[in-house]
Amino acid sequence: MSSAITPRILRRPDADWPGHRLLVRENLPLDCGIEFGPFTIAYQTYGRLNAERSNAILICHALTGDQYVADPHPITGHPGWWLTMVGPGLVLDTDRYFLICANVLGGCMGTTGPKDIDPATGKPYALSFPVITVRDMVRAQKRLIDHLGIESLFCVIGGSMGGMQVLEWATTYPECVFAAAPVASAARHSAQNIAFHEVGRQAIMADPDWCDGQYLEAGRRPGRGLAVARMAAHITYLSEAALHRKFGRNLQDRNAVTWGFDADFQVESYLRHQGSTFVDRFDANSYLYITRAMDYFDLGAEHGGSVAAAFRGTGTRFCIISFTSDWLFPTSESRELVHALNAVAANVSFVEIETDKGHDAFLLHEPELFGTLRGFLNGCAEHRGLARA
Amino acid sequence: MAVSRSAALDIGLAAPKPVSAHDRLRRDLRFIADMIEPSARVLDIGCGDGALLHYLASEKGVDARGVELSQSGVNACVTQGLSVIQGDADSDLDAYPAGAFDVVVLSQTLQATRQPRRVLETLMRIGERAIVSFPNFGFWRIRLGLALTGRMPVSPLLNQTWYDTPNIHLCTIRDFVVLCDEIGVRIEKSVTLDRYGHPFSLDPRGALANLLAEQGVFVLTRGVS
Repeated sequence: MSSAITPRILRRPDADWPGHRLLVRENLPLDCGIEFGPFTIAYQTYGRLNAERSNAILICHALTGDQYVADPHPITGHPGWWLTMVGPGLVLDTDRYFLICANVLGGCMGTTGPKDIDPATGKPYALSFPVITVRDMVRAQKRLIDHLGIESLFCVIGGSMGGMQVLEWATTYPECVFAAAPVASAARHSAQNIAFHEVGRQAIMADPDWCDGQYLEAGRRPGRGLAVARMAAHITYLSEAALHRKFGRNLQDRNAVTWGFDADFQVESYLRHQGSTFVDRFDANSYLYITRAMDYFDLGAEHGGSVAAAFRGTGTRFCIISFTSDWLFPTSESRELVHALNAVAANVSFVEIETDKGHDAFLLHEPELFGTLRGFLNGCAEHRGLARA
Repeated sequence: MAVSRSAALDIGLAAPKPVSAHDRLRRDLRFIADMIEPSARVLDIGCGDGALLHYLASEKGVDARGVELSQSGVNACVTQGLSVIQGDADSDLDAYPAGAFDVVVLSQTLQATRQPRRVLETLMRIGERAIVSFPNFGFWRIRLGLALTGRMPVSPLLNQTWYDTPNIHLCTIRDFVVLCDEIGVRIEKSVTLDRYGHPFSLDPRGALANLLAEQGVFVLTRGVS
């Protein structure tokens, strides 16, 4: 038993978390056919909106990300997830741009999700929460952007699932997106990625504490299942080379293997740590819903399988970025996106960045990533007539 | 006047002759730039660090796009705000629709493609016009070098040894003209450059051009010549 992951008691989510909340009263029509509402959007902003309201950048977060881009996480206290990118003088320059990041619909950091109370029943939604899509997340964000009085976003940017939202923005609300920067993303979720997500979901649902999704009412937490889901997923965010560089076959605090199932290897210990800290901050049902949204993502589906058709007539300027060692969203998928944009003669830049850091490279210190995005944004700002900071 | 100027020169106060953006371009790129109309839609394939694109965008208001193989080149371009994708002429042009560009530029790149004939056909499909420049392997110094030394020529334009060079499909001006005829491409205009980069006008179909030109710049359109 000592080798299994023991879930800790999660500090219950709290309405005291810092940031803004918007209560949307009108129903949101979802792809599954349900009219959903009312719902709350929790979001953070950085910098100032200019008088012309032309300098707003929407940052879209990834699967397990949140709106705390450049603030400490209210549960873990960890620094913001894109501090490498967001701040005065940085690529997403808070002296020049007005940055917005909202927790996605179905999330667990303040925007309405399965752990929240369904006003119709007075109980947590759990599995009665509607199945949502990436486009539904974007529709919800559009309500926020409308509320903020922004007609056209200067840029929508995000990595991984954030990149999927960027692409949905550019195809669903093309007139509202001046520039789009999907990083380490794709036009559709691949079979391999759906397969990994399914492993994660099965791990959660196999946990007896999941209680058919009703764990909140039962006063339990499917922490073991969620931790295993995170461990499996975390491997896909790295690369073989990065794992080897970081851990090799090094042993954890011992000189020899123990002939048992303790975490003998550093890599095991690292993964267990990743799993156990994740369950402190994430809701298991949110994980089910958001991974499902990613699985359903397929830009070309409504256009007879043609991704190009989804972009027809676009006036948005695109910057597509991939990483050489990313095997979750490999360069071939970004290139497919580039070819689709070429087919409609869209304005597109594309860079594949050499790194051994795998999919997670978009969150890390990658000078080439910063240089590319900075140049792209500066060029776009010139075309948009934005003043320099 | 002459005295005062020389005096100024002596003490280093002469105003330097202003160098225009045009002057800063590589010599063959200047000829290419001059052949492009303002506000045209241009795709530069193998655009390197974006020197031509940057010039066209800033001086001629051109809608400038590029394709470049090297990451450093693409980054240099995107960092300047140019729209450039990482890719190559052999595999990343097929997606563009027919007539997507007014001008497609392929400077000093044709000889490094895997399938030059197919690339040329693609250029003619996606561009109304194509401007192609390449080193002439029929240049007399190259012929002489090969004849006298018996070794693969290394020249200022073709400056790598045979085992290092990316130039896997070298051709002469004559070869290029024959290929254009074969695939029904019309040569609208041509400029041949000598070894100092000076232009001279000789019929590109003649033996003399093939002997004296170190490189050729061709403007191509669809249709039989």
